[in-house]
Amino acid sequence: MDYVPHTPEDQKEMLRTIGVEALEALFTDIPEKYRLKGLLELPAPLAEQEIWQHMSRLAASNRLPGATLTGAGAYRHYIPAVVSHVVGRSEFYTAYTPYQAEISQGILQAIYEYQTMITRLTGTQVANASMYDGATAMAEAAVLSAKSLGRSRLLAARTVHPEYRKVVGTYAWANGYECAEIPFSPTGQLDRDALRELLDDRAAAVLVQSPNFFGVIEDIGPLAELTHRRGALLVAGFSDPTSLGILKAPGDAGADFVVGEGQGFGNPLNYGGPYLGILASTEAFMRKIPGRLVGATVDREGRRGYVLTLQTREQHIRREKATSNICSNEALCMLAAAVYLAVLGKNLIKLAALNVWKANYLKEALAALPGWRPLFTGPVYNEFAMSCPDAREANRRWERAGLIGGYDLSKDYPELGGGILLCATEMLRREDMDKAVALMK
Amino acid sequence: MELIFEKSRPGRTAGAIPAGDVPETPLETLIGAEYLRDALNLPELAEVDIVRHYTRLARRNFGVDVGFYPLGSCTMKYNPKIHESVAGLDGFTALHPYAPEAFAQGNLQLLYELAGYLSEICGMADFTLQPAAGAHGELAGVMIIKKHFERKGQRRSTILIPDTAHGTNPASVALCGFQVATVRSDEEGGIDIRHLRELMTGDVAGLMLTNPNTLGLFERNIEEVADVVHRNGGLLYCDGANANALVGITRPGDLGFDIIQLNLHKTFSTPHGSGGPGSGPVGVKRNLVPFLPVPRVVKRGKQYRWSDDFPHSIGRVRAFHGNFNVMVKAYTYIRSLGAAGIRRVSENAVLNANYVKERLRGHYRLAYDRVCMHECVFTGERQLQESGVHTTDIAKRLLDYGFHPPTIYFPLIVREAIMIEPTETESKETLDEFCEAMISIAREAKENPELVRSAPLTTPVRRLDDVLAARKPDVCWTLC
Amino acid sequence: MAKPSPQDRRYTKEHEWAKPDGGGTVTMGITDHAQELLTDVVYVELPAVGRRVRQQEPIAVVESVKSVSDVYAPVSGEVVEVNQALEAAPELVNKDAFGAGWIAKIRMEAPAELDGLMTAEQYEEHIKTNPH
Repeated sequence: MDYVPHTPEDQKEMLRTIGVEALEALFTDIPEKYRLKGLLELPAPLAEQEIWQHMSRLAASNRLPGATLTGAGAYRHYIPAVVSHVVGRSEFYTAYTPYQAEISQGILQAIYEYQTMITRLTGTQVANASMYDGATAMAEAAVLSAKSLGRSRLLAARTVHPEYRKVVGTYAWANGYECAEIPFSPTGQLDRDALRELLDDRAAAVLVQSPNFFGVIEDIGPLAELTHRRGALLVAGFSDPTSLGILKAPGDAGADFVVGEGQGFGNPLNYGGPYLGILASTEAFMRKIPGRLVGATVDREGRRGYVLTLQTREQHIRREKATSNICSNEALCMLAAAVYLAVLGKNLIKLAALNVWKANYLKEALAALPGWRPLFTGPVYNEFAMSCPDAREANRRWERAGLIGGYDLSKDYPELGGGILLCATEMLRREDMDKAVALMK
Repeated sequence: MELIFEKSRPGRTAGAIPAGDVPETPLETLIGAEYLRDALNLPELAEVDIVRHYTRLARRNFGVDVGFYPLGSCTMKYNPKIHESVAGLDGFTALHPYAPEAFAQGNLQLLYELAGYLSEICGMADFTLQPAAGAHGELAGVMIIKKHFERKGQRRSTILIPDTAHGTNPASVALCGFQVATVRSDEEGGIDIRHLRELMTGDVAGLMLTNPNTLGLFERNIEEVADVVHRNGGLLYCDGANANALVGITRPGDLGFDIIQLNLHKTFSTPHGSGGPGSGPVGVKRNLVPFLPVPRVVKRGKQYRWSDDFPHSIGRVRAFHGNFNVMVKAYTYIRSLGAAGIRRVSENAVLNANYVKERLRGHYRLAYDRVCMHECVFTGERQLQESGVHTTDIAKRLLDYGFHPPTIYFPLIVREAIMIEPTETESKETLDEFCEAMISIAREAKENPELVRSAPLTTPVRRLDDVLAARKPDVCWTLC
Repeated sequence: MAKPSPQDRRYTKEHEWAKPDGGGTVTMGITDHAQELLTDVVYVELPAVGRRVRQQEPIAVVESVKSVSDVYAPVSGEVVEVNQALEAAPELVNKDAFGAGWIAKIRMEAPAELDGLMTAEQYEEHIKTNPH
């Protein structure tokens, strides 16, 4: 099926208005030898019913787990029903970027409210309308730090998500910056003494994550102090945004940029995307941060309204002088996050606490098993790293029982000598966890 | 309309958290008070008030489902509803990106086949699906150019970009440490070949072209352009934002392009979502395949797997695999249309743009009097000279007629530009209504310019003061 | 219509003006013609005091809602003062480009550079033949 309304009669009439005989006449600018003589080699078209059947089969050929014990940057949280009803409104999802503000007050106000909620959660003064994901948000904050300070060295904690570090590395290579890694200590937190050693006048930014990849919570305050003493900027990341419900806001602790993954706010796992990059900063960077920003203003009759503002930061005006090339972002995912936060409200605190208790339950139950012990001593949110007799075997047993197990740490952290990263959100029932533990006996 | 914070009342609640079934040790004991926040200031509303708030916001928004959206270079075509239903299937939405491959064979098959379809459509050897948007794809594409010359041991400092280019092009190039040199357009709206030859030194890594360009015109000299670039040892990059004019008619790979980024949210009908999410796959010719981002989906027998085994890859450009749910929709679109349907897309996109061009000719000055492709560019210069009415006023007046305006003030080489891209999914009646509105506004500009300058008059807010918004930025609510 | 260009200063092709203050410094800004082309100025990125600049090097950035323009140093030297008032009131550039909308004061390194710049008459001629 296709979506072209025209009948052959419509086309004839239009061709007559244009003054040509046939459609081919409109393509004569394309050199003859490059015009396809036949059709592309693609599968035959399908009617809507056939498409539904085909895609249902394809979706069903995946295997859905009974429970998921992996977090590692993407989190299975409950999504309230209101969220899908709001993002399913076609006035939102079929709209474009709100450049024509007068007919886009809906999304503009929603973005303004989202920006506000994010600044409150992160303890910052400005938050943009979204980046692609947590990794690129961190990478762009790092690049912006380097460009602002005219320095070219980036220090990234080894406890930052391995994929975030890889993305930072790619962006750094593209810009000619160098990256160095900050090791971690037995608590599972960043090694502060090592950071002190590594910091010098070439350092533009220190990139940390809290809760970090091991699930351990970092103490941002002292890290900010150390960083600022050397004139560098602190970029504090997170990958489960629900942690902000109970943890101290990184901005309040001194972070210059707070970046992270917003998927946990109202967006499905979606096999990796689309997700939601969150980027927020102190007021000092308001005119420099990438991405779209909505500002409040008034119309000609004094009514409050909202517009995209400070657009001169962006590529369509600054072009090669822009600090970022971002154009389309993750607006609908941002809308889902805003609705999620509106629905949860202060209950986000309860939700976050429940995550802590579930993870603690699972951790203690596993730690009671022979050969299982937590790898680190630092406080955790809803993820924790453990050493166990055989991580691959553990995951095999879980998979055979229809569960997605934990994240095997051996590839990214060989120095740990084997380990597994496990996550428990509010979606894991006690019986799921008991069953998972029993499978390890 | 009140902000959600202004509707908040202490103690109101919408989402109930389930009762815990595990021990609830005080957080200070488990985590330590020094890590915990004191307070959380989020709005407190009942569910009905949240739903009304967002429903009212939706009604103050304009999408393709509400009306015609002729934004040039954006391809605001109709978003088929079957895609939304399919994309909502549990099998596609519920899996963690780190799910074992044995759990995700359906998803992996979709990704593998989609890359194959896009390669066939574009005449490329393979595609990466990792980039999250067109600009992200451009960045990855320029990184591939950079890596290509690194591997050859050549230092080339510059990439050429036409003066009609979208802002993301020079921005992407600069973000990879290249200099930008601008190639002029000639009087017919194509690349000035003489200027191109002048600029083509050994320092030039390549040329970034949009074809058709942002004037909606096909690069007639493409064969010569490609030759000049390749003889110099450079690479020819295609910004595929305007692919809606070409799909099924010709293939960028055949035209001589080495790299292309596509915008699934443009050509492949996935919804724009008020600004995203999109998806920006990048396709390359065989010699550049080793540089594609990792990981990539490979097929071993009947099994699909992720592989990192590409030592010369540019690396990762984002976490996880890409905007998978957006790809589900694009995949569904390609399977629905088939090759014949894909050809009908570009045939009718070009038909519609030329039809609008003919109907508006004479009422607005045409920037280039040539057969256009999927979009046409007019200027509001006559209205400005005759009555002091700017293109922005014309755009705002269109809002009163119930249409989203075309793209305005782009491309930069056309003064008071008006870029109209109808797309193929609009009926003749809609196009006629739009043209009649534009003709009416041209008449209003002559007879009653003050009316046009004071537009819009019938929208929820009147024209907004963006000077104030930029001088005194207010980007978050601090009053409650 | 732009205000007439004052006689007491020199002008650049890029629409900056430089007025000698006596004592080896000049005050600089952009011309009234330039602010007209820019329309409403929303922000001015001022140079740091103490910065050394070469003639024609970008020294400041002026932003309107829809555009960003570099401002170039009319002479070489050291920035000794900047117009802080522009932070709260960037519109001064529009209202009084030749006066209260000044951008910076530079202590000249090579005062002879001033002689190479255009006079008011030459500048008026320049904008007549080059309206952009």
